[in-house]
Amino acid sequence: MPKLTIDGIEIEVEPGTSILQACEQLGIEIPRFCYHERLSVPANCRMCLVEMERAPKPVASCAMPCGDGMVVKTNSETVLKARKGVMEFLLINHPLDCPICDQGGECDLQDQAMAYGFDRGRYLENKRAVQDKYMGPVIKTIMTRCIHCTRCVRFINEVAGVPDVGAVYRGEHMEITTFVEKAIGSELSGNLADVCPVGALTHKPYAFTARPWELRKTETIDVLDAVGSNIRVDSRGAEVMRVLPRVNDDINEEWLSDKSRYAYDGLKRQRLDRPYVRKNGKLVAVSWADAFAAIADKVKGVAGNRVAAISGDLADVEAQFALKELMGRLGSTNLDCRQDGARFDTSVRAGYLFNSGIAGIEKADVILLVGTNPRWEGTLVNARIRKRYLAGQVKIALIGEQKDLTYPYAHIGTGPETLQQLTDGSHPFSETLRNAKNPLMIVGMGAFQRADGLAVQAAARITGEVYGMFRDDWSGFNVLHTAAGRVGGIETGFLPGPGGRDLHGILDGASKGEIDVVYLLGADEIDTAKLGKAFVVYQGHHGDAGAHRADVILPGAAYTEKNAVYVNTEGRPQLARLAAFPPGEAREDWKILRALSEALGATLPFDTQTQLRQRLIAANPIFAAVGQMTPATWSPFGAQGPVDSAPFVSPITNFYMTDPISRASVTMANCVEALVGPAQERTGTHG
Amino acid sequence: MSAPASDHGHEPTSFAFTQENLELAKRIIAKYPEGKQASACMPLLDVAQRQNGGWLPRVAMDAVADLLGMPRIRVYEVATFYTMYNKNPVGKHHIQVCTTTPCWLRGSDDIVHACKKKLGVGLGETTADGQFTLGEVECSGACVNAPVVQIGDDYYEDVAPEHIDGLIEAIKRGEKPKAGSQIGRQSSEPLGGPTTLAAFTTQADD
Repeated sequence: MPKLTIDGIEIEVEPGTSILQACEQLGIEIPRFCYHERLSVPANCRMCLVEMERAPKPVASCAMPCGDGMVVKTNSETVLKARKGVMEFLLINHPLDCPICDQGGECDLQDQAMAYGFDRGRYLENKRAVQDKYMGPVIKTIMTRCIHCTRCVRFINEVAGVPDVGAVYRGEHMEITTFVEKAIGSELSGNLADVCPVGALTHKPYAFTARPWELRKTETIDVLDAVGSNIRVDSRGAEVMRVLPRVNDDINEEWLSDKSRYAYDGLKRQRLDRPYVRKNGKLVAVSWADAFAAIADKVKGVAGNRVAAISGDLADVEAQFALKELMGRLGSTNLDCRQDGARFDTSVRAGYLFNSGIAGIEKADVILLVGTNPRWEGTLVNARIRKRYLAGQVKIALIGEQKDLTYPYAHIGTGPETLQQLTDGSHPFSETLRNAKNPLMIVGMGAFQRADGLAVQAAARITGEVYGMFRDDWSGFNVLHTAAGRVGGIETGFLPGPGGRDLHGILDGASKGEIDVVYLLGADEIDTAKLGKAFVVYQGHHGDAGAHRADVILPGAAYTEKNAVYVNTEGRPQLARLAAFPPGEAREDWKILRALSEALGATLPFDTQTQLRQRLIAANPIFAAVGQMTPATWSPFGAQGPVDSAPFVSPITNFYMTDPISRASVTMANCVEALVGPAQERTGTHG
Repeated sequence: MSAPASDHGHEPTSFAFTQENLELAKRIIAKYPEGKQASACMPLLDVAQRQNGGWLPRVAMDAVADLLGMPRIRVYEVATFYTMYNKNPVGKHHIQVCTTTPCWLRGSDDIVHACKKKLGVGLGETTADGQFTLGEVECSGACVNAPVVQIGDDYYEDVAPEHIDGLIEAIKRGEKPKAGSQIGRQSSEPLGGPTTLAAFTTQADD
């Protein structure tokens, strides 16, 4: 362990620590542009220069490993002069357009120029001008501002794994560009604007809309996939202006997928802002009381087994819990939170959770992907797998559809029979799994969204058992969900009760006339044509497929407009917080259900969210550990049985449009056009 | 220089190595260890440039990238970084005058001027008959015999403005003027002949 002295303070650090990192441990701030702790170290900006004894000139602290007995000064005259020199060089060509720059107010260069810049330039020559580049629908470029730190090049090559960006030409003529003038084909491209220390790369949808100091910042979580990325929502008044990632090393590190980041403009469009009741085939705006009365009229006198509820992808835990309680009071056990029709055993937690945790991927040495396209189903899970791949010594194999996952993998099969071959050892890949220390399996919804889902789950479990994925010191069996509401729904028990129907049963029953009332809690991805003549209540925030079919619409709140619990695919409950109030007469979802229960004469026993959460925790203690993963104990799950040899198909065919919010987003539509192909025909109320 | 390479409007739509060059490329790739094929990028770009009449269209860079299993942008970065790869079409004879400090001190400005006058084109331009392209380059690395002009693969050293006319005329006639020093000095020995070990050198030459 090298011991060195920095500014007169002795510190002992891990071997391989750079001087810059050692300084950070001491709380000494070192200015930097090119250095980023999650990217490789090029040491090309020279801003982090420090003085080191016995070194002939200042050294770049980001790239200099600590050595025993080093004496480093970070605040001497030499250091200040060196950094001022670097800053002056950087500013030779940097335009003075801070007042019209979107980075203004949160710009590394601006901030550091305060400390190291001169108050005037000494150069009379013209500044260089660089043509702006096209980098796709979400990244805006003003390349004259670029200081050539190459963070973007390193990010897209290393983290995103899509080598589309590079630095061409040399010296003063160097330019950052895509090859050539094409959209960056990465779902992580929004992070380019985050890593850019200046205003060269900014967010296109956010361009010229707000200044950072006028925004209210709310720390919350993302719900557009099941990863549960930690985000910060910046809002002005009732409007969400932008979404940025927050650091959470267990989940999203400091990255965010483009959908989670840019779909927010969908929050302003297609919103349900007041209750509606269908009268003579037309939806008519009514008051809350009238809407409740219309439901009460219909529901009263209907037998419990003729009532059903389906919760959607974006439903929060409180609403699902409240609806489950309400359905219980109405005598119904026809509940399902798996609106995608996936069939899997929910009796054992280990059977439906991402047990290793997303960070656990980094401990695996063999990764087996089953029926999943993690790049689209959990972009940041995929980024983590790529991070593991870059660390080396890992074998990755895929059973299912062959897609570009940004890292090489062996395609070892397409359907469930490959799992059986792995189990009995007849598949060549079995040898690799047998020799693995920490084998990891990620099962996607593509494996469960089929009639033999339970049997596939059992087959995957048995494969896991054979290769030691359920050990005391290692849980390598993982399920990657696609919806933020799903695990929360399962944990609250929003599932068919005794004798209750599941999704398929509900839809069958409704089309046959055996179900009279269907309550859709934000369920838009079901086949609404199958609802038959049932009376449909839709509670949600967007006028999408569900609202289109509804007989009564109750306007709810989107994830940025309520305090709510969501559980991510790891089984980690996290809090979403209110960043802006719901539009118009829309209300938080649990409140709607509480009010409705009174109208139905089945009053729910909570008046505040705290009371609700207390009941929730009493029902399932995992909700008490907010932000924590409660480890799942293992016992056999799934139902062994014959499996269909049909190949696994990933449920997500269009990454940028998976839910009502992203379907209403213009930015996402632009992404689809530029990156996926012509927009798919939308269901629901558009046009 | 910073204009996108495709602006000249001559960009071909396809490029394929000839059989002969493909063999050559494979020999070059084989020089590098398995997994390090990217090292062959620069020689392969050179092969491609020679095959394509002295300049590199983007399709040729792509062909090299695909052959080496490199991302295309990586090859594009290399090709744009080095001035020896021409991103725009050049004439049959590429005249590159070194104008970096040692050559400049020895009168490279006059050389450039003489070339311009003789060819009737400016720097970076090609004559109307497509025979000559005039360019200025950074240090050619032959400073001892400055000023230096590179024509094709040959260095013409110790050039004076009055040599230019003869050189270009000779090339026009299809001859290949003698490369090296134009004032007859041996290699890079001192101008007036050897100043040390004179006897030894003479003997050795005998």
